[in-house]
Amino acid sequence: MSSEAISHGTQAHAMHDDHHDHHHHETFITKYVFSQDHKMIAKQFLVTGIIWAIIGGLFSVIFRLQLGYPESTFPWLEDFLGHWAQGGKLKPEFYYALVTMHGTILVFFVLTAGLSGTFANFLIPLQIGARDMASPLLNMLSYWFFFIASIIMFASLFVQTGPASGGWTIYPPLSALGEASSGSKIGMDLWLVSMAMFIVSSLLGGLNYITTILNMRTKGMSMTRMPLTMWGLFFTAVLGVLSFPVLLSGAILLLFDRNLGTSFYLSDIVVAGKILPNEGGSAILFQHLFWFLGHPEVYIILLPAMSMASEILSVNSRKPIFGYMAMVGSIFAITILAFLVWAHHMFVTGLNPFLGSFFVLLTLLIAVPSAIKVFNWLTTLWRGNIRFTPGMMFAIGFVSLFISGGLTGIFLGNSSLDIHLHDTYFVVAHFHIVMGVASFFGMFAGVYHWFPKMFGRYLNNTLAYIHFWVTIIGAYLIFWPMHYEGFAGMPRRYYDYSNWESFKMFGGLNEFISFVAMIVFAVQLLFVFNFFYSIFKGRKVKSQNPWGSNTLEWTTPINPGHGNWPGEIPEVHRWPYDYSKDGKDFIPQDVPVGEDESKH
Amino acid sequence: MATTTIQAETKWWNGGRSPFNASYGKVMMWYFLMSDAFTFGAFLISYGTIRFSVNNWADPNHVFNAFPFAGHANLPLAFVSLMTFILIFSSVTMVLAVHEGHHMNKKGVEKYMLLTIIGGIAFLGCQAWEWTHLIAGHHDVLVNGQIEHWGTTVTKNPWGSEVMHNGTMVATPGPIAFGGYFFGITGFHGFHVLSGVVINIVMYIKTKLGHFDQRGHYEMIEKAGLYWHFVDLVWVFVFLCFYLI
Repeated sequence: MSSEAISHGTQAHAMHDDHHDHHHHETFITKYVFSQDHKMIAKQFLVTGIIWAIIGGLFSVIFRLQLGYPESTFPWLEDFLGHWAQGGKLKPEFYYALVTMHGTILVFFVLTAGLSGTFANFLIPLQIGARDMASPLLNMLSYWFFFIASIIMFASLFVQTGPASGGWTIYPPLSALGEASSGSKIGMDLWLVSMAMFIVSSLLGGLNYITTILNMRTKGMSMTRMPLTMWGLFFTAVLGVLSFPVLLSGAILLLFDRNLGTSFYLSDIVVAGKILPNEGGSAILFQHLFWFLGHPEVYIILLPAMSMASEILSVNSRKPIFGYMAMVGSIFAITILAFLVWAHHMFVTGLNPFLGSFFVLLTLLIAVPSAIKVFNWLTTLWRGNIRFTPGMMFAIGFVSLFISGGLTGIFLGNSSLDIHLHDTYFVVAHFHIVMGVASFFGMFAGVYHWFPKMFGRYLNNTLAYIHFWVTIIGAYLIFWPMHYEGFAGMPRRYYDYSNWESFKMFGGLNEFISFVAMIVFAVQLLFVFNFFYSIFKGRKVKSQNPWGSNTLEWTTPINPGHGNWPGEIPEVHRWPYDYSKDGKDFIPQDVPVGEDESKH
Repeated sequence: MATTTIQAETKWWNGGRSPFNASYGKVMMWYFLMSDAFTFGAFLISYGTIRFSVNNWADPNHVFNAFPFAGHANLPLAFVSLMTFILIFSSVTMVLAVHEGHHMNKKGVEKYMLLTIIGGIAFLGCQAWEWTHLIAGHHDVLVNGQIEHWGTTVTKNPWGSEVMHNGTMVATPGPIAFGGYFFGITGFHGFHVLSGVVINIVMYIKTKLGHFDQRGHYEMIEKAGLYWHFVDLVWVFVFLCFYLI
């Protein structure tokens, strides 16, 4: 920090100053475990996220076995799952537990914590020019709360009655009554406690991301000179900070219902011929509270992926991002609309159709900023000097998936069509493509693009291209046929479709989907191998700025220490998208504007 | 916090400074309070949803009419008014503590922080009494033709509509959501007050040890103050929703 900045009273302690001792002795514990360096915390989030992704992905493979081969038995499953797969056949209770945990793990632990936890931590200080997060201590706590949440959720897999099994949306009464199913017993309590810890983690992280971006930008880094990744991560944090507390309230009330005998969500329930004393509550109330988080959550998952794709597309097209302000405006519009559309998940709950029409309108309005973003990505690519790096491939894949999955959202957002499509495989196909796989592609793009900055080495390109092609083709092969099944009325969350005359015809298709799912899962293991192998044995990065990128993270040393820049933090003089300008391939943000330079 | 001279042509958003001229801690506290407001908002909206969907919600003038050591005197809302006064008064002393902090007056900060802590503990004490009184109460309730004696708990509500039984008016069980929401939300608020008291005690000790004098500013007191005022503000809404409506 320059001496003049210190003269501003507030700044002296608001910014991390140069007195930070970069050379003090660090032990293994302070460097790798209880680290307060944002880069190490990011890596902790990433590795934890990868472990969760393997577990969550494996669950989907196991329940796809049941769906694809409902008449077969797999004796090896019994060795692996014990009494949950007696005789090699998955028990229905455990099938539901697997589906529930697959959703919970991937939505919260991988695509929320693993995605924004990794990239917000890693990129924010590096791209805005800060030594570290506003509060490195809270940042460390954010990871450790996530770790505690992970441990509790992991432990719930091993309790005797099994983990939560009421679906990742944990609707009461299934989730509120212990006697409702085996997964509604202690597994459900652990789920709720784990999520409470998770919400604390997300709150600590989110507060840090917001304040760091607002308060700690380096000199010259005005808001409109920030890379789009920063805008995306900023609004992701805003969404999280304002929507997760509502889930917390909902979860606390649910815990009361489960353990203290209250009736917030329960009314007039008969279980096994016995009338329960609960009265006056409303199960729909929980759905409102849940989806007030649940819908913004979709954008918590998507916005980081979108914004990283924007950055990577621009860098590898060697062209400025098209419509920077329109992109920022779209992100902002999506953030606002995200809070106003939750009831489109509840069209068939008996919601007043008049009220429903408002939610239809607001839902379909999201198509506008989404379309603006898609057009801007395509026009950024248009006549660009494209380099097909693995990161770029995944970013383009992201755009493809976002279009394919986004279009089906227009069907589902319509309350009359939704009567037919609700809770069918059409919904499964829609959200897996647009939010699940697309976000994974954004995440992969980010990992391939910033791996050299994280570890000073490259990932193996051959493995990366295999990973890309198998994953994108596989994703479409898995989820495209599900639209067809959904149109035909095949409901989601069923254990076995072979008993229904009308769904028997999908037996072959289900088998095909399961088969592809296994291949895609295997290829993800290839990525995991590539990731860990390359950390230690990958090709070393030789130049400071391997992608020829304008943003500030590439002005740090190849392996930046705690504090990021050995000398002063560079001052910023321009926006981050000066590519192919005035005959120059790229002009980094810290290069002063020349006198005869043209305006962008 | 040291005051900063604001130059006329300062470009607040251009980086290298806080656009709000506030430290990161204060900005963070504001965002935390916004987040916490959503937690309480969700609770109160849930409460409203259920309350207006059931009949015979308890009349607060009947439920909250007791006062410590006043026997069976009917004093509707008197005690809760006292509680509210105590809490709001503790906000006043908090403002004074922050004010003394601005003037680097250690003794003044200590004095007013102590008063704020006492106010917080007094409020919690009042709440404990009120809860005990409600839970341990004995009210005649007609259940399946028999008179039972109920307190107000999360599963029992003796404040339902009254019916004629053997020549006298007797209450019937009311909607059980009453106790759940009352104890749930005032309890969650009480938990916030308790955290606030703990934070204030830590701040008091740090002041006493001279940490803020060494640091050169009393900003931590200011941040604790933001939290404390927020907790008071939430109480105003809780008070409105449970006692006045």
